[in-house]
Formats: sequence, structure tokens, C-alpha cells
Amino acid sequence: MRLLDEESIENIATGAAFFGAGGGGNPFLGKLMALEAIKKNGPVKMLDVSEINDDDYFCPAAIMGAPAVMMEKIPKGDEFERVFTMLSQYTGHRFVGTFPMEAGGVNSMVPIALAASLGIPLVDCDGMGRAFPELQMVTFYLGGVAATPMVITDEKGNAGVIKTIDAKWAERLARVQTVEMGGSATVALYPSSGAQIKQNGIRGIVTLCEQVGLRIRDAHLNPAKALAEILEVTNGHLIFEGKVIDVERRTERGFNVGDIKIDGFNDFQDQHLSVLIQNENLLALRNGKPLVMTPDLIEIVDADTLLPVTTEVIKYGKRVKVLATPADARWRTEAGIKTAGPRYFGFDYDYRPVEELVKEG
Amino acid sequence: MYRLGIDVGGTNTDAILLDDQHHVINSVKRHTTKDIQTGIGNAIQAVLADQPLDRDQISKAMLGTTQITNAIVERKHIARVGVLRLAYPATEAIPPYTAWPEDLVNKLSGKYAVVKGGYEYDGQILNEIDPDEINAVLEQWRGEVDSVAIIGVFAALRVDQEQQAADLVHAAYGADFPVTMSHEVGSLGLIERENAAILNAGLFRVIENTVDGFEQALAASGIKHASLYLTQNDGTLMTAAYARHFPILTIGSGPTNSIRGAAYLSHLKNAIVVDIGGTTTDLGVLQAGFPRESSIAVTVGGVATNFRMPDIMSIGLGGGSIVRQQRDGSVRVEPDSVGYQITDKALTFGGNIITATDIAVRLGLSDVGDPELVKQIPLKFAQAALKTIGEMIAVAIDKMKTSAEPATVILVGGGAIIAPRHLDGVGKLVRDPLGGVANAIGASISQVSGEYGRIYPYNQIPRDQAMADAKKKAIAAAIESGADEATIEVVEVDEVPLAYHPENANRVKIKVVGNLAR
Repeated sequence: MRLLDEESIENIATGAAFFGAGGGGNPFLGKLMALEAIKKNGPVKMLDVSEINDDDYFCPAAIMGAPAVMMEKIPKGDEFERVFTMLSQYTGHRFVGTFPMEAGGVNSMVPIALAASLGIPLVDCDGMGRAFPELQMVTFYLGGVAATPMVITDEKGNAGVIKTIDAKWAERLARVQTVEMGGSATVALYPSSGAQIKQNGIRGIVTLCEQVGLRIRDAHLNPAKALAEILEVTNGHLIFEGKVIDVERRTERGFNVGDIKIDGFNDFQDQHLSVLIQNENLLALRNGKPLVMTPDLIEIVDADTLLPVTTEVIKYGKRVKVLATPADARWRTEAGIKTAGPRYFGFDYDYRPVEELVKEG
Repeated sequence: MYRLGIDVGGTNTDAILLDDQHHVINSVKRHTTKDIQTGIGNAIQAVLADQPLDRDQISKAMLGTTQITNAIVERKHIARVGVLRLAYPATEAIPPYTAWPEDLVNKLSGKYAVVKGGYEYDGQILNEIDPDEINAVLEQWRGEVDSVAIIGVFAALRVDQEQQAADLVHAAYGADFPVTMSHEVGSLGLIERENAAILNAGLFRVIENTVDGFEQALAASGIKHASLYLTQNDGTLMTAAYARHFPILTIGSGPTNSIRGAAYLSHLKNAIVVDIGGTTTDLGVLQAGFPRESSIAVTVGGVATNFRMPDIMSIGLGGGSIVRQQRDGSVRVEPDSVGYQITDKALTFGGNIITATDIAVRLGLSDVGDPELVKQIPLKFAQAALKTIGEMIAVAIDKMKTSAEPATVILVGGGAIIAPRHLDGVGKLVRDPLGGVANAIGASISQVSGEYGRIYPYNQIPRDQAMADAKKKAIAAAIESGADEATIEVVEVDEVPLAYHPENANRVKIKVVGNLAR
């Protein structure tokens, strides 16, 4: 057990935006929400997964929708408590703690704000080890935990319980409600027992976010050292360095789909990288050849500051470094690849691990 | 016709006179004065002295100044602001002033209210505003605020509620009461726009003093027919009348002017600009003719904003930096400087302190003051000091570099004489006799810009129409700021689709720039 203070929150928000792999929301707003909540209610206790009881119940809360809407329409603040309480009433479970569903600038912070306002602990785990665009793309789903019953609400106080036959239906129905609620909504889903968390949670991800965030914060002191350390703690690879020469984005099936093209410099002079996106960065092709494939993580960061650059703010002319991190082993199983591998997103490639592809060059 | 470029810095007020072909006719440096007006007046008198021209031929005068930035940083002359956020029930998770420095919040009085209001992303009403609720808040604040900032959710999309709220403030406090509406100072991003609106509202007295001083100094110098402009953080101009309402837009204009001035003098499009002043050296990067923007969230006096600001690094080295010998015999160039007292205290001017400028004179890099007076500095000591100065600059340049290639460097600023002729890691070192007044040159050659951004549902407004609409509104904004329509070009198109939205909604932002209409 340890307490999360202001400094840890700042670092977690930055690191979570890194693991968000292009998605997961704006770390600036996420951070302010969490800071405001701990200012009002005091610091948040964080438990290691080994410290929780198998029979206790826990539930994550998250914001679903367009990050560009949330930049303006910030939550009221009581939505997190509402979804949590309603889901508790509906399921009959008392939730003794919460945890993030995904790593991301906003969704790593929502559970911290919730934990602060309810005075409950945060568990150091999540359900992705990164961010993904759809509700079924969660390790708890892979492990057979039901996504629903779930609760969805808006800042006005409208709320609904959704009970579906599987997680994909939860995604479909919740997506429509999110749009009606003004493009951004708060959800609680995947209510889980301690035992289910122990089996399915990505353990230690909040601490890992904090470690990476700390190194990004101090990157200006010694950028080369910071980069080397980030690669070391994430087991990652530097796969490219260059300037964004084109951002082609379009909306398909209610998602951002597109292609970020980068021309190389330094060690990557005369090379090209293309990163295909659906909210998150999903596939990196170097000189036309696949180099990183979802579910492995592709992180685009500022070339100098190493600050994560999310897909909705990346622009022409931005100088970036591109990093890759192997996904959690659960994503590399047959079920994991079927749920979030290249073919699910319509890319005509069989999944191959990043470390193999990088070795081949 | 002629134009005047004026730069009011902390130490010096520079003035230059430019003809309509943009040739520099004359340039001068004078001390900055407390009232700024006297310093500007002195500089104008000096730059026009002996010039065979009628003062009516001066058609434009541009002012670049750090006065506003300094007021925020030093927390001086800040007005009490009431913050009215039209948003309830949304946004309470992050109230106004979250993560602000406490001393600045206290200066601004810290008063705020989150009241009913706001729009959804598609322009539908999030909540109607309630005039009774707003009037009750205003009644409570009566006599305790000097200015009001109004911020509505998605006000960048629809401005009606902010305007209605402004009308209520004027009805309650009087038609002249200063009001800042957030949609006028920023685009999407509620918190950053709100922060900018609050600062803007808090600075109305500072901008009044600055613009009054500028206008009065010009009038006192007999310049009656010139249009007056102030420079903005992005290297473009706004009219003095416009600046009175938007002081926040001058933030960061100093470094931008120096980089743009350096670009003009050197004819280069890509280089590192090293601006050596009296106390500090500021490094910036010229990229494709424009200052490289900072990629980190920009804070002004500790407050997060979303302004475009040049990426600047400062080190404690200037013409007035004090040079000392250490006990171990090594030579140190200290971060402290004699500053504006250099003309009294430096050896070469008859003083008794060895400054970086004295080292330059001793080694023949400059002949300011009296070279005889610096002969007492041992040659070895001077050489060691110059080596140290060179290393300090080279290390800073290395940090700003984007590749291992030798950099092209433009040296500007009043203290540029202290730099050695060769710097490690630098391929080409460019100096100009007018480098000392690069800021004032940058101010006088600035362009004017216009910007427009909002969310378009492409299913209702097709992409072509949306782009054309945004471009038209950006151009209108540029013309409003004084741009010549024929020279306007689009420099930035930003298009972000809103995830998960079936109407194919996109956030479009267009920025245009153009030359000043002659």
C-alpha cells in the first residue's frame, strides 16, 4: 500500500498517455481532475494486487467518447460516483476499490478521482496495459469476465444500465448512447472479484506509468539517458525518428481511421514510416514492411521532450520519435490476437511479435 | 512612406526607421524608463534626428514589448477579476484556477462562479443561461472586481451565451466595464481558453498604460498620422486599438521578434538564433522562416495556456556578465550581470568590474568604450574567459540542435560582441551590424494573421463548404487586423475528426497571414 500524491499523479498521467499508444485521452485534463479530487478529499491509497481479497468486489470507471469533446465539456465530477453506486446497487456487490480499465491520459485518472471522492483504494492494475478503442478489448474479456451489467451516465444526470449477451454488444449499444449524451459519457463496467483481478489484471501498470512519466518529466536534463531508461523499463524498441509529413484522417464506423506518414532523420535518414490508426496507433510499416502490429504498442513521442503525442493532436511538421513495446502475454494468445490483432482491424497481416520484426529489420 | 519599429525591453528601448522597401535607414538604443513613455520618446527623437523627412510620412509604428509578460511574472498591476463560467452542470470536476499559483490567484481575487449555460459539440444547448442567477452573482461581486472574464462550454462554436452574459455585466456595472469573452482569446480547450481569458481580464490596466505611453510618445514626437500596432506571440501584428482589448496576445512576442529580425537580416530560413543581451542569452530556432514552436504546454507565470510560443532556451550570459578568476586559477563567467549599469561599471567605460564586454574589447573583438582601459586585463585571463564564453554558448547551441550536423547560427542582440569568432559545432556563424536591434526590426516587419476554428458536422456541412467557410472567416479576421487581402495566404489547416460521432463531425482550424496593407 502507498499513497498517491500530486507528484505521483502528474507522472502517472504522462506515463499513462505514453502507454495509451496514441489514445486514452488528454493527460492535462485527466491530471487536473485527479488533482482537484485529491485536493478536496486527500491523497489516494494504492494497493498492490497481492494485497486485495479474492472475495471482495471492485469496479473500474472510465470516460468513453471523443477526447476532443471532453476538451470542452469536462465532467461535472459526480458521474464517477453515480455509475459506481448504481452498478453496485444493480449487482448487489459492495465495491471496495476501483482500478483503471485502460492506460491513457484521462482514463488512468478517472479512477483516482473516484477513489479520492469515495475514500476507497485504487488497485495497481488495469485491463489492457495500454489503450484500445473498443469495450471488448480488455484482458478481463479474454479471461471470461462479463463486461456487463454496465452503467452509463452524463453530466446532466441521465443514466442507464446496459445488460448485453456479450462485450461486443455492450460496445455497440453504449456507443450509440455516448453520442446521444453529447459525444462523451462516463461508464462503469467489468465488475470483478479480487480473484478475477488477480487472474486477469495487468499488474503494476500504474506504477510502471509513474516510472515512465518520471523519466519523461526529467528528460530535458539528459534526453539520451531518459530514452534509454524508458526503453529499458518498458522492454521497448526505438523504431523510428523523423518529421510528420502527412496526417490523413477520416471517420469510418464512428472511429478515427487514418495514416500518419513520417520521413526519417538522424539514423533513419531516407527511410519512411507509416502508422495506421483507429483512435490508437495500430500498425507501423517501415519502408512498406510491417514492423509493429497491434496488440503490440506503438508510441509516438515528441523528438525532444519525449512527451507522448496522441492521435487527435498530431500534426504536420511535428518532429517525433516512435517507440514500440511488446504487449502483455495475454494479448499474444490466439484469443488476444483474434480480439485485437491486425486482422480484427482489417489489416491483411498475420500477427508477429515486435521483437522478431525489429530483429529482421 | 516610412515605418518605425520600437522594442521596449527591460534594459533598453530600441527604435529603428524603415523605408517602404524595408531598408533600415537608422537605428538607436536608449534606456528603458519606468513610465516607458519617456524611453520610447527618447528613442523616437534620436532615431529621427537629422533625418530629412516629414513626420507625416511615417505611416506605421510597431511596438514589441515584454511589459505584459513581466506584469504577470512579477504579479504587478494585476486587476481583480470575476470569473463567470457558463457550464453548469458540466465542468465542475475542474473548477476555475485549478493548479494555478496561489499568489497570482490572490492578486486576481480568486472570485468565480460556475453558472448554468454552455453548448454541446454540435451547437445544441447544454443548458440555458439564467439571467437571475448571473445577476445575483454580479450583485455579490459588486465593488469587489475590476473586470469580468466570461467562459462558456463550446463558446468557440457558438458565441451567443457569452455575449448575453457580457450584456448582463454591462447592464449591472456600466457599459465601459472591462469584460473578456473567452471565444475572443482562444479556441477549443476550455481550461486553456479560460486561463487566457482570466489573464487577459486581469491585464487591462497594464495594456492601457503601455498603449497610452506608446500613443503619447508618438504624439509628443509629432507623429500624428501613423497607424499603431503591437506584436503578438506568433510574429504577427495587431492594431493598438485591438491590443487594448487583448493584452494576453502580446505574451512571448519578444523572442519571436528577435528570431524574425534575425531571419530578415540574414536572409536565412533555417538556423539557430542566439540573442545575447545584457544579462541573458536567449536561443531560438528558425525553421522554414518561422520561429520553432515550443512543443510543451506553455505556462505564463505558472499558468497553463495554449498559446503558440517560440521554443526558447535562456542561459545566464550577457554583455554585462561579471568575469572572475577562481582560487584555482580558472576563469568563471558569472550568471550575475551589471545589467543597465554597464556604462558606469565596466572597465572599458571607466568602471572597476571586469565584464564579458571588457574581455571582448581586450581581445580586439570590439572597440566600445576605451580599449586603453582594458589593457590591465592579462591576455591569458582574457583568452581563458573568452574560451569559457564560447563553451557556454556552444553547449546551449548543442541542446537546441536537431541533428549532429554543424549548425548555422545567427548572432544578434546588443551583447553579441562577446561571442568568439569560432564556436564548436557551428558550421556558419552569421553576424550583422544591425543585429543589436533585431527585435525592433522583427517588430516592424511583422505580418498580420487571422484564425478561425469550429466543429463542423460534415454530414450537414460538406467538407469543401466547411473549409471554405473557415477560410473565409480567418481571412475576415486578418483583414480586420489590417492585412492586405491580396497577400493573404493560408499557413495552417488543422482538421480533427471527432471519434465516435456518426455525423462525421470534424474540428477545423484555419490560420492565414498577410502583409500589412500599405
